[in-house]
Amino acid sequence: MSIQFSKEKLDKVQEMIARYPEGKQKSALIPLLHMAQDEFGGWLDVPAMDYVAQLLQIQPIEVYEVATFYTMFNLKPVGKYVFEVCRTGPCMLNGSDDIIDYIKEKLNIKEGETTEDGMFTLKPAECLGACGYAPMMQLGKYYKEHLTKEKVDRIIDECRKGVMVTK
Amino acid sequence: MAVKLLLEHAHIEGIRYYDTYRKHGGYRAVEKAFKMTPDEIVEEVKKSGLRGRGGAGFPTGMKWSFLAKPEGVPRHLVCNADESEPGTFKDRYLMEFLPHLFVEGLIVSSFALGSNTTYIYIRGEYAWIVDILEQAIAEAKANGWLGKNILGSGFDCEIYVQRGGGAYICGEETALIESLEGKRGNPRIKPPFPAIQGVWMRPTVVNNVETIAAVVPIINNGGEEYAKIGVGKSTGTKLLSVCGNVKKPGIYEIDMTCSVEEFIYSDEYCGGIPNGKRLKACIPGGSSVPILPANLLLKTAKGETRYMNYESLSDGGFATGTMMGSGGFIVMDEDQCVVRHTMSLARFYNHESCGQCSPCREGTGWMYKILKNIEYGKGKMSDIDLLWDIQRKIEGNTICPLGDAAAWPVAAAIRHFRDEFEWHVLNPEESQTRNYGLAHYADPIHVPVAS
Repeated sequence: MSIQFSKEKLDKVQEMIARYPEGKQKSALIPLLHMAQDEFGGWLDVPAMDYVAQLLQIQPIEVYEVATFYTMFNLKPVGKYVFEVCRTGPCMLNGSDDIIDYIKEKLNIKEGETTEDGMFTLKPAECLGACGYAPMMQLGKYYKEHLTKEKVDRIIDECRKGVMVTK
Repeated sequence: MAVKLLLEHAHIEGIRYYDTYRKHGGYRAVEKAFKMTPDEIVEEVKKSGLRGRGGAGFPTGMKWSFLAKPEGVPRHLVCNADESEPGTFKDRYLMEFLPHLFVEGLIVSSFALGSNTTYIYIRGEYAWIVDILEQAIAEAKANGWLGKNILGSGFDCEIYVQRGGGAYICGEETALIESLEGKRGNPRIKPPFPAIQGVWMRPTVVNNVETIAAVVPIINNGGEEYAKIGVGKSTGTKLLSVCGNVKKPGIYEIDMTCSVEEFIYSDEYCGGIPNGKRLKACIPGGSSVPILPANLLLKTAKGETRYMNYESLSDGGFATGTMMGSGGFIVMDEDQCVVRHTMSLARFYNHESCGQCSPCREGTGWMYKILKNIEYGKGKMSDIDLLWDIQRKIEGNTICPLGDAAAWPVAAAIRHFRDEFEWHVLNPEESQTRNYGLAHYADPIHVPVAS
């Protein structure tokens, strides 16, 4: 995959940089890393991070140190669908452990692993702010709440059929 | 029926969109505010007694009055929408369903503080809410409430939404500022406080989403009217996000005069505990505040009714009380295991420690390891005292309050549920097959002596 934003995305980058005072373009770093991750296959490799550094005219190390700090940035390849299942206290009270176990068994992967076909990654997450609608997972841009085993089945099914909306 | 100031219109269809919001009295606060001076707005907020709704409860008007105003230096309002405290999801609700109330509050607050560029720092996971907010901002701008020379006042204002990257620590205001500058979320040493040197070393006020939304009714009705609601220093209304073992989890607006018992059991609020179970424990203000067993939650150590407000919840200090915090109300029934829940929270704080201060970086991981051992039947009696020792050495010894936030849940769990920890250690096999249960925790006679 070539590491280059489309013209439309590059315009968006300029619009983002203009939100900050002159010379403070580094402030756009996290939003740009999100954009790069979305565009370049769901994770950030070194060329993608270097590209972001070049766009913001900052040192690559400044990008690496940020990308490694924030949990939303994947630094190794992930599946097409990443199941980020919350397991913090409130979700745990409502059975998130069972949901995680079910996904592991169903997809035959461990936490942090990706299925062999490259479709699914299981990434246990800490509190995502949906405690009243637990258990839940983040799937791309959206939350899937009130999870049950049946609902997990449906989600996996929709992903396999390619009808799941994640962006 | 309790007073509703923020959620009054929450159930109106289409309130998310400008036309409906405006039709129901939206943006009146902006019209009124622009006829006042910025200082008059700050005065109204001071009179209202509004306290920061993010968790610390610091008086908002006072925070605003600390903002430095050096000549020729821009200042900024930054809204903290990095809601990450386990148990808390009220800001999400406000932003998702009442984005215009939030934007209206931001415009009034920006005017009061002289912020021409205001930023909303939202947690990265709330990605779809960014779209909702950006649409609301665009609608407000198209209708002349944002942009240049708003309502002919000569005041310019733009609001931008910035996504974070998934780090609890960025809810701490100086870490948030660092993150907004495109850096790792390492909290800064204070002073200087953000009011003097905040984002890009400019004077900055950081306020929680609910705090900003509360500015709207304060301006509409006046600070004195707002202060009449509630009790003592707990003025106005507070949003509670309820989760765990209740019949009706979700968001509730309370006027801080109802009792904890009424809040949990009445149909107007949580509706009681499902499946005929009994209440064991509750963390009433987000995961960082002390957990209380049912007996101490419903009544104070003196035997008085406990109410849902800042003062009453903290009655008895940490020995027998807790805190209002962010209003993340986590309820546990008799089947829940306090050890396991505490372990889960310890893992959370270990995961979220930024790593700057060694007591927090090392201590949170150490506490998690010990709790894991106890939970999985490999604990020793001395581990419980070791946990107590570690949490004491974290508390107060870190740059930011994350260290305290990690220490308090462990301390409170041991303080009130020590026998449950001991049972795990003494019954390693049995503890893998069943939970300790309710024991005496719901018994109002069994109130531990304050230590």
